[in-house]
Amino acid sequence: MSAPALPGTRRRTPDPAVAPARGPSRGSSAHRAASYVVLVLFALLALGPVATVLVAALTPESPAAGEGLRPANFADAWVQGRFGDYMATSALVAVVVVVAAVLLSIMSGYAFGTMEFRGREVLFYLFLLGIMVPAEAVVVPLFFDLRTLGLTNTVWGIALPQVAQSVAFGTYWMRAYFRTTNRSLIEAARLDGAGSHRILWSVLVPIGRPAITTLVLLVFMWTWNEFLIPLVMAPAGQLRTAPLGLALFQGQYTQGTSLLAAGAVLVALPVVLVYLVLQRHFIRGMLEGAVRE
Amino acid sequence: MPTSPPAAAEAAARPAAASAPAGGRSSRDRLTPYLFLAPALAVYGAFLLYPLARAVQFSFYDYDGLTVGTPVGLANYAAVLTDEGLRDAFGHALVLIGFFSLLPLLIGLVLAALLVRARVRGLPLFRTVVFLPQVIAMVVVAVAWRRIYAPDGTLNEVLRAVGLDGLTRTWLGDYATALPAVGVIGTWYSTGLVTVLLMAGMARVPPELYEAASLDGAGPARQLRAITLPAIRPEIAVALTLTIIAALKTFDLVYVTTGGGPGTSTTVPSYEVYRRAFELGEVGAAAAVGVVLTALIFGINLFVNRVADRQR
Repeated sequence: MSAPALPGTRRRTPDPAVAPARGPSRGSSAHRAASYVVLVLFALLALGPVATVLVAALTPESPAAGEGLRPANFADAWVQGRFGDYMATSALVAVVVVVAAVLLSIMSGYAFGTMEFRGREVLFYLFLLGIMVPAEAVVVPLFFDLRTLGLTNTVWGIALPQVAQSVAFGTYWMRAYFRTTNRSLIEAARLDGAGSHRILWSVLVPIGRPAITTLVLLVFMWTWNEFLIPLVMAPAGQLRTAPLGLALFQGQYTQGTSLLAAGAVLVALPVVLVYLVLQRHFIRGMLEGAVRE
Repeated sequence: MPTSPPAAAEAAARPAAASAPAGGRSSRDRLTPYLFLAPALAVYGAFLLYPLARAVQFSFYDYDGLTVGTPVGLANYAAVLTDEGLRDAFGHALVLIGFFSLLPLLIGLVLAALLVRARVRGLPLFRTVVFLPQVIAMVVVAVAWRRIYAPDGTLNEVLRAVGLDGLTRTWLGDYATALPAVGVIGTWYSTGLVTVLLMAGMARVPPELYEAASLDGAGPARQLRAITLPAIRPEIAVALTLTIIAALKTFDLVYVTTGGGPGTSTTVPSYEVYRRAFELGEVGAAAAVGVVLTALIFGINLFVNRVADRQR
C-alpha cells in the first residue's frame, strides 16, 4: 500500500486520543445532512422498482374485485398462474444443484487446499477457467448433446450443467477455506489415527460451517435465479423453473398484471428472504469471491 | 454465475504450507487426492469443459441442428465482424457496458466517498438495501421495470404529474429510447454492488490521511485523486470486471423487456446466441458468438487485473 504522500502528511495532533476520527468540525454538520439526503435518496431509488411490483401484486385486478389490498392475488398466482408448480420445480433443481455442487466442492477443495500431488497447479487452473466461462458458450452444444442422450426435459438436464458451473467456483472457494485451516489440527487428527475422510468430515467440515454456509447460499441464489439453462434445456414446457414460468407468463397474457406481479413477488421471495436473514454471508461471499487472493 | 477473476492465480503458485511426512507414502496415499478430486472433475469435465470444446468445434461448421453440418472454416467468426446483426449486437453490448459499469462506477465513487467519511447512522441498513437488486432474479427485475416503462406506467405518470406530458412515450418500444431504457435497468442493478464494494475499500484508508490532507488545503477532488483512488484500485478492478461481465451476459433482461426490439435495436450477443441456435437454426454461428463472448470475458479479466496489478 503506497498512497502517494502529500506534502506534510505528518500527524499534527500530538495526542491521538484528543483528535476526533474525522476532518475539521467546520462544515461537517452540512456534510452529515447531505449524507443523509443522499443515503435516503439512493435507498429509495433501489427500493422503488421493488415497491412498484409489491404494490401491483396487492392491487385488485379490476375495480369489480373490490378495493384496498388484495392478498388473494398470491393464491391466484399460485394456483391459476401455476406458480406453485414452477416453484416446486425450482426447489427440486435447487436442492439437486446445491447438494451435489457443495459436496463435490468440499472434496475437491480439500484435495487442492491440504494435499500435495502431481498436476495440482494445472488442475486448479482448469477449475479457475470454468468460473469465467459463460453459460452462453456451452448451452448450445449442451442442448444438442443432452438431447441425443435423452436428458433434455429432465431435471438432470437442467441441474447437471449448473452443478458443473458451481463446482468451478465452489472448488476455488473451498480451497481458499482449507488453506486457512490450522495445519496442526490436521496433524493432530492424523496422529490420532484418523484417515483423510475422517479428518475432512468430522474435523474440518464442522469448523468450516461459515465458509460452507456462504457457498450454499450463493449456489442456491445462482441456481434459483438462473434463466438461460432452464429455458434451453426444457423446451417441451412441462418442466418450468420459477423465473422461466414468470417470463413465459409475461409473454402469454396481456391481461392479468396483478397476477403477473404477484407471481414476480413469489419468484423473488425465497432468495430475498434468505438474503434478509443472512445478508452478511451474501455480501461477503459475492465480494470476497471476487476480490481475495 | 460469477465470472469473477479470482486473482487467486498467483496464490496458487505459492507453495502449500502443508508438508507431507517425508517419504514412505504408500501408493494408496498417493491416490487419495485424486479420489477426492474425481467426482468434481468428472461432472465439471462432462458438463462444462467438454461442451466448451464442442462449442469451438461447432463454430467451424455451418450446422442447422438437424442435418449433418458442413465445415466452413472461420466463416462464422468472420460473420461476427461482417454480419450487420451481429455487429450491432456487440455494439449494443458496448453501450450497455457504459450503463452497467462506467456509470455505476462514477456514482459509486461519489456515493462511497461521501458516506464512508460521514458519521451517519444506518449505514448497515443502507448496505442491505442498495445490495438488494443483486439477489433478485433478473426476470423479476425485468417485470418490475416493464411496469415502470409501460405507456401508462410509473415513469410516464410522474412525467404527466409534473407537466412534462411531451416527454411521455413507450420507453421500451421506441427506437431512440429502448436501449438506454434497458441500460438504466443495468445501472440500477450494478450501482449498489459497486458502492458497497468501494465503501469496503475506502473504509481501509486511515482517516488521518484525509485529516492531514485537508489541513494542507487539499480539497475533496484532490483528496479523491491522491489518496482514495490509489488505495481502492483493487476494488475498482473487481467492480469493473464484475459489471462489465454482467453487461456482456445480459440475456434474461433483454429477453423479457424487449425481445431484442423494436426492430433489432436492443439485441445483444447472448440474445443472438439463443436466437440463432434455437430460432433461426444457425447453430454454428451461434456457437461462434458464444466462443467470442467467452474470449472477451477472459480478455477483460486478464486486462483489468493486469492493469490493477501493475499500478499497485
